[in-house]
Amino acid sequence: MEAAGGRVSNFGRFWLIAGYAFLYIPILTLIIYSFNDSKMVTLWGGFTFKWYGVLAEDKEVLDALALSLKLAFTTATSSVVLGMLGAFAMVRYQKFFGRTMFSAHLTAPLVVPEVITGLSLLLFFVMLQRAIGWPERGMFTIWAGHTSVGMAYAAVVIQSRLLEMDKSLEEAAQDLGCKPFQVFYLITLPMIGQALASAWLLTFTVSLDDVVATAFLSGPGSTTLPVLILSRAKLGLNPTINAIATITVAVVAVGVMAGSLWMYKQEKRRAAEQAAAYRDG
Amino acid sequence: MAANLATTAHKSFVRIDRLTKRFGDVAAVDNVSLDIEQGEIFALLGSSGCGKSTLLRMLAGFETPSEGNISLEGESVIGMPPHQRPMNMMFQSYALFPHLTVWENIAFGLKRDGMPRAQIAARVEEMLNMVQLKRYAKRKPHQLSGGQQQRVALARCLAKQPKLLLLDEPLGALDRKLREQTQFELVSIIKSVGVTCVLVTHDQEEAMTMADRIAVMSEGRFIQVGKPHEIYETPNSRFVADFIGKVNLFDGVLAIDEPDHCAIDTPEGRFYVAHGITGTIGMDVSVALRPEKIGLQTEAPTDTSSNAFRGTVVDSGYYGSFSVYRVELAGGRKIQVAITHAERHVELYRRGDALWVTCSAQSLVVLIS
Ligand SMILES: Nc1ncnc2c1ncn2[C@@H]1O[C@H](COP(=O)(O)OP(=O)(O)O)[C@@H](O)[C@H]1O
Ligand SMILES: [Mg+2]
Repeated sequence: MEAAGGRVSNFGRFWLIAGYAFLYIPILTLIIYSFNDSKMVTLWGGFTFKWYGVLAEDKEVLDALALSLKLAFTTATSSVVLGMLGAFAMVRYQKFFGRTMFSAHLTAPLVVPEVITGLSLLLFFVMLQRAIGWPERGMFTIWAGHTSVGMAYAAVVIQSRLLEMDKSLEEAAQDLGCKPFQVFYLITLPMIGQALASAWLLTFTVSLDDVVATAFLSGPGSTTLPVLILSRAKLGLNPTINAIATITVAVVAVGVMAGSLWMYKQEKRRAAEQAAAYRDG
Repeated sequence: MAANLATTAHKSFVRIDRLTKRFGDVAAVDNVSLDIEQGEIFALLGSSGCGKSTLLRMLAGFETPSEGNISLEGESVIGMPPHQRPMNMMFQSYALFPHLTVWENIAFGLKRDGMPRAQIAARVEEMLNMVQLKRYAKRKPHQLSGGQQQRVALARCLAKQPKLLLLDEPLGALDRKLREQTQFELVSIIKSVGVTCVLVTHDQEEAMTMADRIAVMSEGRFIQVGKPHEIYETPNSRFVADFIGKVNLFDGVLAIDEPDHCAIDTPEGRFYVAHGITGTIGMDVSVALRPEKIGLQTEAPTDTSSNAFRGTVVDSGYYGSFSVYRVELAGGRKIQVAITHAERHVELYRRGDALWVTCSAQSLVVLIS
């Protein structure tokens, strides 16, 4: 038994390491080669920061970055507001006309292939523009596409939080004299605040790295960063792309680590306080 | 307050009138009427799903009655939203706001009323003293033990000086040992404040020790309403006799019916009962006999005024302050007998002992329904 267990565990460990290697070696290579002082991507020519300097002066990249951030910000915000309304409708109102249909529609964008979403929205906007002369393809149309997907993500996250929330908290607030809107901003909002933040971050990321829907919905002069990277990569690998990617990885890694660390600390503090409460009776 | 008492003394403080609540076609509360007096602690007692919480939630305003009326001090509260009703409810889960401190939880209702700051501080202080949680004011609910959370919930309700305090399973979330201690504390706080209180529980001991009056509920209806000892000593039905405490029920037919006594023939023999009933000879009835009202003796009884049957001990359990026996009667029927150990040296019976089972005519109750 002992020996068999050992063999299996060694076997497992091998695959675990192989898996991590497969995932992270390309990223590591990319980071290393962003400091490569040679135009040839495959040849090491010494260490340099120059690609980062080139990047800082590349107006196309900076514009794309600005657009991406603006889009991600507006998408996240609108997705959370709309997703929250949808989640409330689903959790708080058990019976209303078309509830099943509404439920399906709320989460449909999660399962419909993005190519379809992008294409159908494109057709819709083109028809609309022909009919009433609006909207021009650009930031607005991309935002609409991102929000239709982001809203579904946000609704799922917020809905699960609302479902686990003790309904009697809201009743207690009412009982103690809150009018319905006071119940919402004094009790419900603080209770689901963390879920709203998660949903915001999630939709922010989804919007930030979306390529497929964006490619359909963007117009001339409205290229987002991932679309730009993709189009440049198609022209041939280039150290500036490595530099963009390295910055992105660094930002994401720092963000994720800070987030987990904060959550870990919160959890530990909470556990300690709880233990203390029982200790002093 | 005193003037108020005088003017409302003749009519009931809370009146529940033919109240019904249907969910779909199931009546969770079914045509219930009740008067509650000022200052009374009233318990709704029944097993899970009998509609107690629904009735309480209708009082608080969280459920709209399908039919009937609720009035407080003579005025109907139907249609009044929960935040306007002068009642406060303590939830089974306590529903303390997790993002607020103990102090803020207690002040929450007062702030909604727009009470001036200084007054709020004084009132919260008073409440914290009352529940002895002053040094926990700055803590969050998750930093408190179960018993402390319960006291915060109570303080939060009472801070608003409600006319009616509603408690849903107030001790349900506490462990057994804490419950006994807490139920006396709770009653003494409620009585010292003088607030009228309706509490919901499925625990009959809790209802008996805490309440002035109890309504025993089943399937949305009141089966019996009365003081704890009335419900225990003179249950009005097999259901109540069985639900409250332990009881031996003997099914039989009415043989003699006089104004001051009656006799019931059962397979175990004839029972003489010291009260009359209004019924017809030969009707099916039951006789209820509480285990602690039974005597055991080895010699045949000489006193002919009480009921006596032969029996054999099947099982016995020694609990220190009392013993519980299971005794098989002549017909094969097994009954439960509880003998209190009032003296240090009592005779203990053992399995297989043949003896006489006695009970006085006064200790029996005839049940028609
Ligand atoms: N909101 C509701 N919708 C449908 N049925 C309900 C609802 N609330 C309670 N009920 C039903 O009403 C009955 C009584 O419930 P409740 O008052 O909670 O019982 P108790 O508190 O005595 O355990 C139960 O059968 C329960 O399923
Ligand atoms: Mg209940």
